[in-house]
Formats: sequence, C-alpha cells, structure tokens
Amino acid sequence: MESRRDVFQAIADPTRRAILTLLAVQALTPGAIADNFKSSRQTISKHIQILTECELLKPEQNGREIYYHINAKQMNEVADFIEPFRKMWDDRFNKLEAVMKRYQTKK
Amino acid sequence: MEQKTKIKAEDGKQELLISREFDLPLELLFKAYVEPGLVEQWMGTKVLKLESKKHGSYRFETTDAKGNKYGFNGAIHEFSPNRKITRTFEMENMPFGVQLELLEFERLTDDTSRLNMHVIYESAAHRDQVLKIGMAQGINMAHNRLQDIVSKLK
Repeated sequence: MESRRDVFQAIADPTRRAILTLLAVQALTPGAIADNFKSSRQTISKHIQILTECELLKPEQNGREIYYHINAKQMNEVADFIEPFRKMWDDRFNKLEAVMKRYQTKK
Repeated sequence: MEQKTKIKAEDGKQELLISREFDLPLELLFKAYVEPGLVEQWMGTKVLKLESKKHGSYRFETTDAKGNKYGFNGAIHEFSPNRKITRTFEMENMPFGVQLELLEFERLTDDTSRLNMHVIYESAAHRDQVLKIGMAQGINMAHNRLQDIVSKLK
C-alpha cells in the first residue's frame, strides 16, 4: 500500500492535479505544461518529477522532445480514481446545500 | 462515517450512478437545478441559457484567469417538476463526447431529499476518461479551479 499513499500525496497538491488535468487530454512537453502556469519552469519541473516518481506520469521520447502523458497502468483501476471523483461531487453538493439553506432563510 | 455522496461505477461499464441525500426539502433541492441565479452560485459558472422545459436547452460558461472561455451545453428531454430531469451534457471543444444524465429527485421526509443521478457515456473508455479528469480536477469546475490555482501561484 506504500505506493498508493504516495499517489494520494502526489495528487493532494492543487498544481499537480492541474498538471494531471492538462495531460488527461493530451501528452505535452515540460515547456508546454509550464506555459499553463505562472510559476517558474523549475517549480513545474519539480512537480512533474514528483508525479513521475510515483508513476502517475510517464515520459516518452519523441525525436528531441520528451512528452509526458498520464500513466494508464497506474490509473487503470476504477477504484483508484473513483474516490477523488466522489469527493469532487461531494464538495459540489455541499455547496448546493449551503446555497439553498441560505436561500431558504432569506425567504 | 456515512458518506453523503455515493458513486457506483462498475469496471468496464459506460455508466455511473451518483446519489446524495440532502438536508433540504425536495422543492428546494429541485429549485437549485432550475433557477439560473442559484445554479450559478453552486456550480460556480455563468448561466447563458437555461430553459427548464421539455425540448429546452441550456448553456453554461466559465472563464479562466487568462480570459479563456469554456462552454458546457445540453438539451432537456424530460422536465417533471420535483421529480425528474433528463438531459444531455457536453463539454465544448473537449474530446469527451456527449453524456446522457437522468436526474431523479426524491422526497425522504419534509426536510430531507435525495438526488439519484444516472450518467451514461458513449463508451466505457469515455466514462473512465471523465473519471480520471474528475480525479485530476473535477469536471465542470476544472477550469475554475485552475484559475484559482494559477492566480495563487505567480
């Protein structure tokens, strides 16, 4: 279970989750990833390194460029990625509940 | 601890089930899906159009820190107040395809209610991709959150 804890630590960081989102759509070079953020290339490069170390990302040489893509093997088990998805809906529904409670008292 | 939001996604299937119990009367829960001003508040998106009726359609839009706009839209197939909404959902300019959403609203007590969402994707692969996006970020909110993150960094 050691590696799974690492994975969840890796995705606990919002910037690293944003990087995963970008790469879920297409493979990108480190430069192209960094272009989406205001932080320095070194900072983004560090995040990419952490994601790669826990095998969420996989580098692939393509000519002179290295493209990073999401490691399908690591994220293949539905159970592995269902909990964060559930949490996302839970947050959204909590917001709905809070908004409607405010609305109810205002009436 | 009992989890308020439950998700059921079986391996290899192109659908998933989301259910949630709310500490809200049924009518208020349903209203959260109908009133544009309320939808904007909890979804964190701009409502460009929301025709809550059979053959109606809707379009939402979010804007990121760079001013890029991301649209979501769909058509409404069934609209039964306080009972059911059947609609399609599509993220514009994204390779996830169209999904069919069946939303059932259920009264539990005078003050509590439940929403059952049955979501059907074009294929099992599409579903898994959306789940992975959800893991990475949260589907509709993806770009909103990215905006928050990016503006905090610098």
